[in-house]
Amino acid sequence: MPGRDAVLARVHAALADAPGPVDVPRGYRSRGEAGADETAARFVECLRDYGARVVVTADPSGAAEEALRAEGAVRVVVASDLPSALRPFGVELVEDDGRGAAELDALDGALTTCAVACADTGTIALDGGPGQGRRAISLVPDLHVCIVRGDQVVETVPELVAGLEPSAREGRPIVLVSGPSATSDIGLERVEGVHGPRRLVVIVAT
Amino acid sequence: MSSPARGARAESFPHAAPAALANGRLRTNLRAATTSIRARRTGAVAEVGDWEQLREAGAAIKDSALWRLDEALVELEQGVVRAGGVVHWARDAAEANEVVTALVVREGVDEVVKVKSLATDEIRLNEALETVGVTPIETDLAELIVQLAGERPSHLLVPALHKNRTEIRDLFRERLDLPGLTDDPAELAEAARLHLRAAFLRARVAISGANFAVAETGTVCVVESEGNGRMCTTLPEVLITVMGIEKVIPEWRDLGVLLQLLPRSSTGERMNPYTSLWTGVRDGDGPRAFHLVLLDAGRTRVLADRVGRDALRCIRCSACVNVCPVYRQTGGHAYHTPYAGPIGAILAPQLEGERGAVGSLPFASSLCGACFDVCPVKIDIPSILIHERAKAVRRERAGMEGLSLRRLARVFSSRARYERAQRLVRRLQRPVVRDGWVRRFPPGPLAAWGRSRDLPAVPDETFREWWERRARP
Amino acid sequence: MIDRVGLFVTCLADTLFPEVGKATVTVLERLGLEVVFPAEQTCCGQMHLNSGYPDEARALARRFVEIFEPFDAVVSPSASCVALVREHYPRLLAGDDRGVPSRTWELSQLLVERLGVADVGSGFEGTVTYHPTCHSLRHLRVGDAPLQLLRGVSGLELVELPEAEECCGFGGTFAVKNADVSAAMLDEKLGNVLATGADSVCACDASCLMHMGGGLRRRGAAVRPLHLAEILAS
Repeated sequence: MPGRDAVLARVHAALADAPGPVDVPRGYRSRGEAGADETAARFVECLRDYGARVVVTADPSGAAEEALRAEGAVRVVVASDLPSALRPFGVELVEDDGRGAAELDALDGALTTCAVACADTGTIALDGGPGQGRRAISLVPDLHVCIVRGDQVVETVPELVAGLEPSAREGRPIVLVSGPSATSDIGLERVEGVHGPRRLVVIVAT
Repeated sequence: MSSPARGARAESFPHAAPAALANGRLRTNLRAATTSIRARRTGAVAEVGDWEQLREAGAAIKDSALWRLDEALVELEQGVVRAGGVVHWARDAAEANEVVTALVVREGVDEVVKVKSLATDEIRLNEALETVGVTPIETDLAELIVQLAGERPSHLLVPALHKNRTEIRDLFRERLDLPGLTDDPAELAEAARLHLRAAFLRARVAISGANFAVAETGTVCVVESEGNGRMCTTLPEVLITVMGIEKVIPEWRDLGVLLQLLPRSSTGERMNPYTSLWTGVRDGDGPRAFHLVLLDAGRTRVLADRVGRDALRCIRCSACVNVCPVYRQTGGHAYHTPYAGPIGAILAPQLEGERGAVGSLPFASSLCGACFDVCPVKIDIPSILIHERAKAVRRERAGMEGLSLRRLARVFSSRARYERAQRLVRRLQRPVVRDGWVRRFPPGPLAAWGRSRDLPAVPDETFREWWERRARP
Repeated sequence: MIDRVGLFVTCLADTLFPEVGKATVTVLERLGLEVVFPAEQTCCGQMHLNSGYPDEARALARRFVEIFEPFDAVVSPSASCVALVREHYPRLLAGDDRGVPSRTWELSQLLVERLGVADVGSGFEGTVTYHPTCHSLRHLRVGDAPLQLLRGVSGLELVELPEAEECCGFGGTFAVKNADVSAAMLDEKLGNVLATGADSVCACDASCLMHMGGGLRRRGAAVRPLHLAEILAS
C-alpha cells in the first residue's frame, strides 16, 4: 500500500534523531480521597452548575416518574434490559427495538442508567451496558433522564477513565455527558440547548 | 469589511493586518470575546490543584506518542481494524480528498453532514466534495455561520468569533429565510438547531475529525459541546474520520490527563458537554461502516525538525490564541490559515514548507510569552518562533535586512568599531533632529516606527563617555 | 556576599538612554557596592537571535561571557537582555558559558532577591503606574520585586495599571516589521496608562519605555516614561 508505506517511511526517517522512550510523570491526582457522601455531593453540585436538574433519592423509579411527568414526557424510550425495579409506572415506556432516528425523534424522552460518573466534573458515562441501550436512544429525544447509583460516582477524571477501560477494550462505544448541550459560538455567550438533549435530569440513587 | 472569502489568495501577515485593524467592529468583538474566555480559563485552571503536574504529564504523553509515532500508528490501525473499521493512509491533502470523495460517492449520496475538523479545513475537503457534486453540511454552529457567510473560520475553536450576534441574526435572516429573527442568542441557536436537525435525521454519511485516537485500544475520540458530534458519529450509516497523524496517543489512561487539560484550557469548563469515544464499528449501535483516514500532509516534515516537532503536541485547545495580544488586535483572518494565533504561527509554516505568505507568520509575534504560560502541553512557542525565524532567514538569504544586521554584528564585535559607530550616528542624525527628538524619519524601518511614535535623538554624551569622564581626576 | 558588580549597561541605554545607566550606578553605589564598567562591552545579541541570526548572536554571546567572566555578579537595567543571557546563552553556547548566565541579574532581581533590599533610600514625589514588561514578567519571573522597590520609595504613590500584563507591543523588530499591529497594541496599553491618571509610567526595560514614551509624546501626553533605576536613584 503506497500511502501507508510512504507515510510510515517518512515518520521513521523523521525520528532518526529522536530521544529514547519517554517516561510519563504521573504525579497528578489519580484518585480521590473524599468519602462517598462528599463525592456524591460534589457530583450534584457540578451537575447543577451545568443547568442539569438533579434529584437525590432513595426511590429512583419514583423520582424518575416524577421527573418525566414534570417534563411533560408521555412516551419514553428505554433499553430492553432496563431493570424492572427502575421502571416507573404512569409513563408509557417504549422498549428500543432498533427503530430509526425519525421515530426516536417522535418520542418525548429517554430513561437510562449509566456506567460510571465523575464528581469533579459532573460527568456521566454511558457505555451501552445494562439499562443504557444504544447511543441513539439517549441522543435523539429532547429529554434524557439518567439514573446514577451513588456507588457509581468516582471523584476524579483518571478514575472515570480507568472505570471505562474494560468497556473500551471490549470495543464498546462510550459517551461522556457533562450537562445539557451548549454552545458559546454566539458572541462567546453560552447558550444552552443545541443538538443533544436540551434537558438532562439526573437521578442520584442513594 | 468582509473577511477573506473562500478562494482568496493568501497575503503575508503585515499586509493582511491593516485591514483587520481598521475593522472596528471586529476589534470590539475580539476584545470582548478574548477577555471573557481568558477569565473563564483562569478560573477553571485555578480550581485544579495539580495543574502543573497535568501539564507535565500531558507534554510527556504527546512526546511519548510522537517519538515513536510509526509504532503508535500501526498499533492504532490494528485496533481499529480488529474492531471492524477500515484505515486509509493519505500522504497529502490531494490523496486524503481522493479517498474521502471516493468513499462518499460510493454510497450514492449527494450530501454529507460534517463535524468541525481543522484537518478537513486544512485540506479543503469541502471544496473537493462540492467538485464531485456532494454538499457538505457543516453542523457546528460557528462553522455553519461561517459556511453560510461564505467565509473562512477566524479562530480554531470559535470560528465565528469575528461575528457578533447582530451579524449572525442578519445572516440567518437572509440565508435561512427567517425574516422575523431577533438577535437573542437562544433564538439564534434554536434557528440553527431546527435547520440542522432535519439534516441529522436524514444523513447517511458523516465526516468528522478527531481530537485523540488511543493506540492501545483503537479508540477514536471527539470532544464537543453542541451534540452535533454525537449526531454525526452515531446516526449515519457510514462514518469517515479524517485525522492528522499527530493526534494518536499511546494509552487509554492518557485520556484521564488530556480530558482534563483540554476543556479547562479551551472553553474554561470543568468538562465539555459531550465526548464520544468509539472503536471501529459496533453491531446494532451506530454506523455500519467506519473509515479512519490518517493524514500526513506535512506533519512528517514537522516531526523531522528537532525543535519544531513540539508543535505537534498541540491538542487544539486555543488557549494560546485567546491570550495572544497580537491575535487580540487582528483576529484570525490576517493569518490566512485555519491555524491562527501563536500555534498557527509555528505550525502552519512548518506544515506548508514555509513557502508563501505563511513564511511571514513567525514574525507576527512580539515574543511576549503569554502563550507558553497557558499551553496545556507546554509547547515553548516563543523559542520555536525564534527557531522558525532563523529558518526563514537561511531560506530567504534576507536581502537588505541581512546585510544591515550582519554589518551591525560586526560593529558590535569590536569596542573600537562600536564607539566609532555611536559617534557617527550622533553626527549623521543632526539634519533630522531637533530639541532632542527625531523630526524627520528616513524611509525604511525608522519610518515605520515614526508613523505612530516619536523617537529620541542620540544624546550628546553616551553612558560610556560619561563613565570615562567621571573616572578622570 | 557581593561587594563588587560588573555593570552591563546595554547598547540601547549606552547610546540612547544614558540616564538609565547613570541611575543604575547611583543606586548600586548608594548601597555600598563597587561598580565596574568593563568598556569592552557592546551588545548581548538579543536582536540578532530574535530576528533569526543565531550565528551572529552566538558570537556576541561568546564575547559577553568573556568580558564578564571575572565578576561574581553582573547586573543590568534590562530584563530582556538578562532574560537572554540567563535563558538562551546556555543553549546558544552549548554549555560553554563559564557560569556567567547564573551570575547575571536584572536590577530589581539583584536588589530584592539577591541582596534582600526593598528600600534603597529614595524619595520621589508623584504618582507612578508600573508596567511589567513581558521579559521581566514571564521569562525572568521577577514577580513583584519592582513593585516592592517602588513601594519602598518615600513620597511615591503607586497606581495600579489595568490589564497590566498585556504586552505593550514593542517586541524588538516586531515594532517595525509589524508596525501597524505594534501601534494597535501600543494604543491599548497607553489607553490604560492614561486612564490611571499617573504622572509617570515605570518599567524595567528601556526598550519598552522607548516605545511607550514615543507613543505618549506623539499623543501630546504629559506622562513621563521612567525606568525603575531612575526612580530609585532619586
